[in-house]
Amino acid sequence: MSDFDFSVILENWGFLAQGLRYTVQVTITAMLGGILIGTVLALMRLSSLPPLQWFAAGYVNIFRSVPLVQVILAFYLILPMVLQMITGKQMPIGAANSAYFTFTVFEAAYYSEIMRSGIQSVPRGQVAAGYAMGFTYGQTMRLVVLPQAFRNMLPVLLTQTIILFQDVSLVYAIGATDFFGAADKITQRDLRPVEMYTTVAVVYFVICFTLSRLVKLLQSRIAIIR
Amino acid sequence: MDYHWDWLFFFRETDDGLKYYDWILSGLGWTTLVSLASLALALALGSALGVMRTTPKRWLVAIGDAYVDVFRNIPLIVQLFMWFFVVPELVPDRLGMWMKQDLPYVVIAVVGLGLYTAARIAEQVKAGINSLSRGQRNAGLALGLTEWQTYRHVRLPMAYRIVLPAMTSEAMNIFKNSAVTYAVGILELYFQYKQIIEKTSQVLEITIVVTLAYFALAFLMNRLLAFIERRTRVPGLIVGGKGSN
Repeated sequence: MSDFDFSVILENWGFLAQGLRYTVQVTITAMLGGILIGTVLALMRLSSLPPLQWFAAGYVNIFRSVPLVQVILAFYLILPMVLQMITGKQMPIGAANSAYFTFTVFEAAYYSEIMRSGIQSVPRGQVAAGYAMGFTYGQTMRLVVLPQAFRNMLPVLLTQTIILFQDVSLVYAIGATDFFGAADKITQRDLRPVEMYTTVAVVYFVICFTLSRLVKLLQSRIAIIR
Repeated sequence: MDYHWDWLFFFRETDDGLKYYDWILSGLGWTTLVSLASLALALALGSALGVMRTTPKRWLVAIGDAYVDVFRNIPLIVQLFMWFFVVPELVPDRLGMWMKQDLPYVVIAVVGLGLYTAARIAEQVKAGINSLSRGQRNAGLALGLTEWQTYRHVRLPMAYRIVLPAMTSEAMNIFKNSAVTYAVGILELYFQYKQIIEKTSQVLEITIVVTLAYFALAFLMNRLLAFIERRTRVPGLIVGGKGSN
């Protein structure tokens, strides 16, 4: 502890910040895309058409029972093959880009379970009232059910996003330079593991701790519904 | 797509004279070992922390809360790297040398994964205890039990039953989380997966097989806990909501 060298952190801050920026970009992309796909999956799961139910259930169950690191590596390798099959051209997409796709698709499974319980938390009478007003299925969902489901589940969706933010560190498996990856690469070069890994841990802690407190605050604010 | 399917490669020989399926089996063994050992540690420590956070003693609550905040807000892979590369440098020299040279990797990995999971178990144990009515504790105290005895004989037996479904999903998660320990040199299933891809390029076959293996592990854990849930059910009491049958 005596020779903890802060200058190592300052010298490399630019590279670390770049990594952190990538982590945030993947998180936001996967959050927006994941919630969108997740909501569609939740609606499929709750629909009255068995094939749609099966598809959604299969999707969610498969992604929820596989380790994320495995999915990250598998998609990184399989995605170019699929693209080549579709376009007929070699398409190397790179580790950094494939992670955007992987996280969106993977997180959709988790967001969909949250949206499903959100939709189920809306009383049945609301749906009946929607139909009684002459709304179509789409209108009932869009104007009545989903806004309430979304509001009820907002804290849980945000908590899942904090988990997602931490999980981006697993792109280590394919060598992409996220925040942790940046620190790891600097460590390989400068051999200062204590400074680098501690910095990552502290920054992650400060960000996630602050965000989770804010989510708690939000939760008490919007809990008044009903 | 000109992908060359070859399901028989699992029976081919590897560089070290074994067959590829031997690598998978050995990875499966390490995954199971690391997961179960970490789970045992997490249950013990998580229960203690969960109880601490419900006691009337403020400093115990503060310690328990701080633990959960720290261990839930740092990614698992970063925590593992802290245990492997940072902690040995911060402790006294002799202890640090021993950690680096003599202590088996798997022990540090189990400690890392166990302490990470303990924070999640602590949350659930706390939630379980808090879901009991206050009368349970009061009745225990009125009977002359000490505070600790109310936990031991009255509150914990009920709390565990209530949170068993939530514990089930945590116990299933630990198999998935154990895959991260490959990064600190544990030769578990994901490590073997990665290694076999590098050697053979049969990405699709091995992905399917390893996915099924993780599926099977989670499924077995789910069945085991469902069995425990049935066996420990208190007749006449509906606890734990829908449960996981």
